[in-house]
Amino acid sequence: MDLLEYQGKQLFAAHGIPVPSGEVASTVEDAVAAAERIGYPCAIKAQVLIGGRGKAGGIKIAADKDEAEGHAGAILGMDITGPHGEGPFRVDQVWVEGGSDIAAEYYASVILDRGEKKLLAMVSAKGGMDIEAVAAEDPGALVKVHIDPTRPFTAAEARPIVEAAGLAEDVRDDAAEVLAKLAETAQGEDATLIEVNPLIVTADRKVVALDAKVTIDGNALHRHEGLAELDAESIDDPQEAMAREKGLTYVKLDGNVGILANGAGLCMSTLDVVAQAGGAPANFLDAGGGSKAEAIVDALTVITSDEKVSAILFNIFGGITRCDEIAKGIVEASSRLNLGVPLVVRLDGTNSEEGLAILADAGLPNLTQETTMLGAAQKVVELAGAGS
Amino acid sequence: MSIIIDKETKLVVSGLTGREGSFHGLRNQAYGTHLAAGVTPGKGGQDVEGVPVFDSIREAVEQEGANTSMIFVPARFAAPAIDEAIESGVETVIAITEGIPVLDMLVTYWKAKEAGVRLIGPNCPGVLSPGKANVGIIPAQFFDPGKIGVVSKSGTLTYQIGNELKQAGEGNSSIVGIGGDPIIGSDFIDILKLYEADPETELIVMVGEIGGDAEERAAEFIASEVSKPVVAYIAGFTAPPGKQMGHAGAIISGSSGTAQAKKEALEAKGVRVGESPTETARIAVEVLRG
Repeated sequence: MDLLEYQGKQLFAAHGIPVPSGEVASTVEDAVAAAERIGYPCAIKAQVLIGGRGKAGGIKIAADKDEAEGHAGAILGMDITGPHGEGPFRVDQVWVEGGSDIAAEYYASVILDRGEKKLLAMVSAKGGMDIEAVAAEDPGALVKVHIDPTRPFTAAEARPIVEAAGLAEDVRDDAAEVLAKLAETAQGEDATLIEVNPLIVTADRKVVALDAKVTIDGNALHRHEGLAELDAESIDDPQEAMAREKGLTYVKLDGNVGILANGAGLCMSTLDVVAQAGGAPANFLDAGGGSKAEAIVDALTVITSDEKVSAILFNIFGGITRCDEIAKGIVEASSRLNLGVPLVVRLDGTNSEEGLAILADAGLPNLTQETTMLGAAQKVVELAGAGS
Repeated sequence: MSIIIDKETKLVVSGLTGREGSFHGLRNQAYGTHLAAGVTPGKGGQDVEGVPVFDSIREAVEQEGANTSMIFVPARFAAPAIDEAIESGVETVIAITEGIPVLDMLVTYWKAKEAGVRLIGPNCPGVLSPGKANVGIIPAQFFDPGKIGVVSKSGTLTYQIGNELKQAGEGNSSIVGIGGDPIIGSDFIDILKLYEADPETELIVMVGEIGGDAEERAAEFIASEVSKPVVAYIAGFTAPPGKQMGHAGAIISGSSGTAQAKKEALEAKGVRVGESPTETARIAVEVLRG
């Protein structure tokens, strides 16, 4: 689960990390009122879950009320696409914060290093730009140290990398303190990524987190009540919200071939073979292990609520999941929902013969059976094309 | 031979008195796995279909000689259960549970490492050595004994490929589901090492997916340490960046962890990568038969 910048800054503040004060607003009127309270110059920042907001025009400095109104009006409602093609994300909220007098821009982060199985603290004197590019160009500019998972990471341990990164001498203690607190935040809040870019030094030599990118482990939300609430509010896609409510693992994509498979790996693979067959998947939906008929009805409800979907592929390899249960679910859903789009079904594995017999008996007019995964992918792409 | 589990395996199941634990534990037993004991704190002295239940894993080790532990307890209690298994004296811990917080796993991972205990999972389907033993939820009926070792991040995708191998007349030395979480006890490299040393394994099929760099690391390892042929499959070419695709670990972060990068890393080291599960199985059979 990713936090918006202002949510991340609130989390930082709770852990004693200096952040500029500000207010969140979702209308131009509220943004201007916030700017008036905060004073000028102030920054108006789009609250979306991607980097590169500045380049996309999502961060503006307002010198007076007129500018605040103009910037808030331009940013609220705009669509921002991330540097790696993420999104586009619609801007529903802006964060208005007091302008900072910047003397230096650094970079600090604490991320999960999957390969080394430890959290990794990093710092660089080259902040305010794409850190991947900095690291590629000058690997020595990004200084790293792994964190012992069994105990807190102290400012004393952070000090050597702050020094090695060449941060200004007079702010090294403060920067080391911030790094230790970022690690404390990660360990205390179950964050797998915390990135501050830039971490600034102000004209009066204070170290302040000017940005916040935070990812919280979704599997740990049960022990962070406040964050769990943010998570519940964070989904704005209607299909994803519906899927969450029904307990389904669903990711919306932008094609027209609806997909349901069992198991995350098989489902990803199904998307890939549909794409190879020339189709565009509309979604990822893992029906999970041991799916019962009711779950299939729910899944079809979610998939067909996406109006772009013009054909649906069921790719099931039953292990624990029984194909007869899946077949019952398809028959049940066909009688309860007005599906209106062709279904291509491939059932293999546990009780596949019983499942296929159930489907044959039901004689559903819009259903095609295929015996292989590749054959099913080709068929659904053909039908989806004809239906669009 | 086979790897990790075989006829010598004496299994203790944490969570055997629960619905899932008893279903799969007894299924493993029906397959021929020696199910030595179950563990549920507070239920010591009871039994599940004649299998003795103890309060702790250590008791199961001391009294029944258990050497392999399977963890089937709910996510919130799973990390302490794995820790208990690591300290109990078993050689291998296989954690099926999905949804364990990743920072808990960081601590548990290093505990296992320091104790010299082999940890498989979490969030995995377990290990099957066809004809010998099954620990976990892999449906054994789709696999025959044979010469191909399989190591995979995914369950159903493995069943798909394994079944295609069976239809082509080939079987498996073992099938190891390493799990789809960001932090897992054993990575591709750990299992590749075991297959390389296993005389029965003649070819290895490796099934990866988006997220992390375990496949890239495996590619390096294969180039320098694995003499047996390896055929790979990677899932998630169409996955968008920043979205978790079912498994907690299956996520492209920024520009890293893409299926394309993994495929290229493997191919650069001479590993053939199938376009689909079907093609992967076909290549494996072709390479095996020379």
